[in-house]
Amino acid sequence: MDFTLRIWRQKNAKSEGHFETYQVKNISPDSSFLEMLDILNEQLIHEGMDPVAVERGCQSSGPVSFDHDCREGICGACSLYINGRAHGPDDEVTTCQLHMRKFHDGDTITIEPWRSKGFPVIKDLVVDRKAFDKILQAGGFISVGTGGVPDGNAILISHETAEESMDGAACIGCGACVATCKNGSAMLFVAARVSSLALLPQGKVEGAKRAKAMVAKMDELGFGACTNTRACEMECPKHITVSHIARLNREFLCAKFKD
Amino acid sequence: MADKLISKIPEGPLSEKWTKHKTQLRVVNPGNKRKIEIIVIGTGLGGASAAASLGELGYNVKVFCISDSPRRAHSIAAQGGINAAKNYQNDNDSVYRLFYETIKGGDYRSREANVYRLAEVSGNIIDQCVAQGVPFAREYGGLLANRSFGGAQVSRTFYARGQTGQQLLLGAYAALNRQIAAGTVKSYPRHEMLDLVLINGEAKGIIARNLVTGEIERFGAHAVVLASGGYGNTYFLSTNAMNSNGSAAWQCYKKGAYFANPCFAQIHPTCIPVHGDQQSKLTLMSESLRNDGRIWVPKKKEDVMKLRKKEIKPSDIPEEDRDYYLERRYPAFGNLVPRDVASRAAKERCDAGYGVNETGLAVFLDFSTAIERLGVEKIRERYGNLFQMYQKITDTDPYKEPMMIYPAIHYTMGGLWVDYNLQTTIPGLYAIGEANFSDHGGNRLGASALMQGLADGYFILPYTIGDYLATQFKNPKTDTSAPEFEEAEKKVRAKIDRLLSIKGKHTVDEIHKKLGHIMWEYVGMARNEAGLKKAIELIKELRKEFWSDVYVAGDKDNFNQELEKAIRLADFLEIGELMARDALNRKESCGGHFREEMQTEDGETKRDDEHFMYVAAWEYKGEDEAPEMHKEALKYENIKIATRNYKD
Repeated sequence: MDFTLRIWRQKNAKSEGHFETYQVKNISPDSSFLEMLDILNEQLIHEGMDPVAVERGCQSSGPVSFDHDCREGICGACSLYINGRAHGPDDEVTTCQLHMRKFHDGDTITIEPWRSKGFPVIKDLVVDRKAFDKILQAGGFISVGTGGVPDGNAILISHETAEESMDGAACIGCGACVATCKNGSAMLFVAARVSSLALLPQGKVEGAKRAKAMVAKMDELGFGACTNTRACEMECPKHITVSHIARLNREFLCAKFKD
Repeated sequence: MADKLISKIPEGPLSEKWTKHKTQLRVVNPGNKRKIEIIVIGTGLGGASAAASLGELGYNVKVFCISDSPRRAHSIAAQGGINAAKNYQNDNDSVYRLFYETIKGGDYRSREANVYRLAEVSGNIIDQCVAQGVPFAREYGGLLANRSFGGAQVSRTFYARGQTGQQLLLGAYAALNRQIAAGTVKSYPRHEMLDLVLINGEAKGIIARNLVTGEIERFGAHAVVLASGGYGNTYFLSTNAMNSNGSAAWQCYKKGAYFANPCFAQIHPTCIPVHGDQQSKLTLMSESLRNDGRIWVPKKKEDVMKLRKKEIKPSDIPEEDRDYYLERRYPAFGNLVPRDVASRAAKERCDAGYGVNETGLAVFLDFSTAIERLGVEKIRERYGNLFQMYQKITDTDPYKEPMMIYPAIHYTMGGLWVDYNLQTTIPGLYAIGEANFSDHGGNRLGASALMQGLADGYFILPYTIGDYLATQFKNPKTDTSAPEFEEAEKKVRAKIDRLLSIKGKHTVDEIHKKLGHIMWEYVGMARNEAGLKKAIELIKELRKEFWSDVYVAGDKDNFNQELEKAIRLADFLEIGELMARDALNRKESCGGHFREEMQTEDGETKRDDEHFMYVAAWEYKGEDEAPEMHKEALKYENIKIATRNYKD
């Protein structure tokens, strides 16, 4: 398969970005999207090392930087806004699990980084998601230290509750929810963590305090407000639903009443 | 220098060693802990749990990871579960049984005392994770659920769907975040350790590259903990994450830490087969699938041919024409034999011409019997995310047709040599999790990597490191302007400059792929003397080609992923050679290390306990010098050595 790629290039956080256009050919439909970018990068490197090509003006900005690691949809490193959708046209997958068979031969594909005030660009398609770590540091944990805890079976948790908690805990912290939200809100990310912990007896204890602290940190870091458009739910590669946002709101209100 | 290999295994009965040892370890009082700094490299299960636990104790911890967040370490991708000898199922499990099965699974090449301790603390890990809010699978009555894994005859694996590693890591990462918020731990994401700094022969700091700005930075401490994972990516294609690498451990080796059993690499039987040369990595399908999946190939070659031409579907082949070869060869364990056994059996069938896809390198993993027995919904609940992953990658529906699988490199049992305290041969340098060698022998059992990472990080290292730090608290902060730091930094800078100045004709990935082919062909699932000797020569040539003809794009003062890859590949090109050397030396077959010269009549591994019941610990002797091997004899005082038998 052959494709025309329009890719956002940006040298660093301070410089201005622009689109560059590239052609890739003979891509296997079984290749993943990131493997297609690997092939592009090999091509760009070869162009860069060919002095004649450089003289002809072939010099691009060099290989395209993009975040990726596990390439099996669980680490949350890969991002990419592809043809206007977070993680591309397939549903419930990360970009690394998106395959070229989902495109048509000859397609033009536009590739951008996550765009959000909370995630400044580091280079090309790589953004800084440190804000997510900071939100979790504000309270996304249960305050227990190592050792001195009760037996695992001492706390009974119903099958359904454990499963529901797991639904929220499945969040991979990729940031698709923020990137896709017109307000740049991190509500789904925050809610997934708050709700997952609040459902469990161990996490319930600090539930209200946690919700308040994490929401305050989210606001402080420049993420927008939630206006219930549910775009985040549509684009979440792990199918985390807005029902978690409802649970976050409940915890948050409880905390406010206590104030 | 063989006297460096003092394993410090405590005297006394096996079941009392750890308890007794703990009472003899020195501790640092709380006030003095605040004066001590510790560097932790890596934030997987081992690194995150260690950094959090050390922070809780009051030490000043600096934790480094190469990804943008500690949460992305590759432990996140572990699917199936974590073992613990809780005996919740009343199936006669015990600390001893987990210990015994781990030693046997490792083909009698791991240390008794270390493995027993691992089994002993396994139950605490589950309690700890539950307290942190890890949503383990539950029975309807609210108790924790279990499943079975390979090499075990009881059901002791705890799990959170097919995302157990993710949930355990998020637990450890949450504990870490709590310490970061409390100020005891400082986190350095997107930082890569490029050298270890020794002062007076002791580990006192690191040189790291800030991957965003390209700056080379110095960090000092009273001790360094290495939790940087394994070196499976030497093979280019593996189930490891793209950025997983062996460089941090390799720099320690080059500074004097011995590297133990490098040839012990695990080849996982159930991975999605290679589809072509554009492929960048291999995807694992969890071992838990072997609970309900049955592995087979056709009995008749004509069926194989029709399958390859896609003239028939696997479900068209009647039951009597299917060869469930694991059930046939290993009736006692069936589809749940250990990984090395299952991998070799798949290779044997494919080599004999029964591989079921176009490349002839695939076997079936079939759920039809389980779906009939339990229904689609139950299977979806157990393995839904794995089935979805398979479907997305291969475009076929595993609820309707069997999965196609083939073995792939997954884990490395070898690593830095450590004593019972998890200290390497360099004082003040500790290695935990996959980065060390100690617990899995020649083959790791499924669901035991998570167990070891967390055992080391939560319950072992925080105790043992105190014994060393008790001698350190009087020392002032390490001065990073010391000449040792100066020199280490100079060397790192020179290496980077050299890489960027070559401007040759081959990309980093092109050379890495070549290395991968050499490794898989000669240092892969079956090895022999001639092949290993050839591999050593080929790797040396390739290393020369790399240093004279690689092209590293971009510059050093920026975010530059090509430069990152080149630095790591330079080390893989040396690690690969040591793996081949170790494999050549170990003229026996054990666990994942299969020497063709050493097999039984029916193709099983043949150990040579008389000559090889030892840990091979390699000492670096300088560039282009042959490394020196030291032996740590393995003593089995509590287990009767036997031929591994999964047949009866």
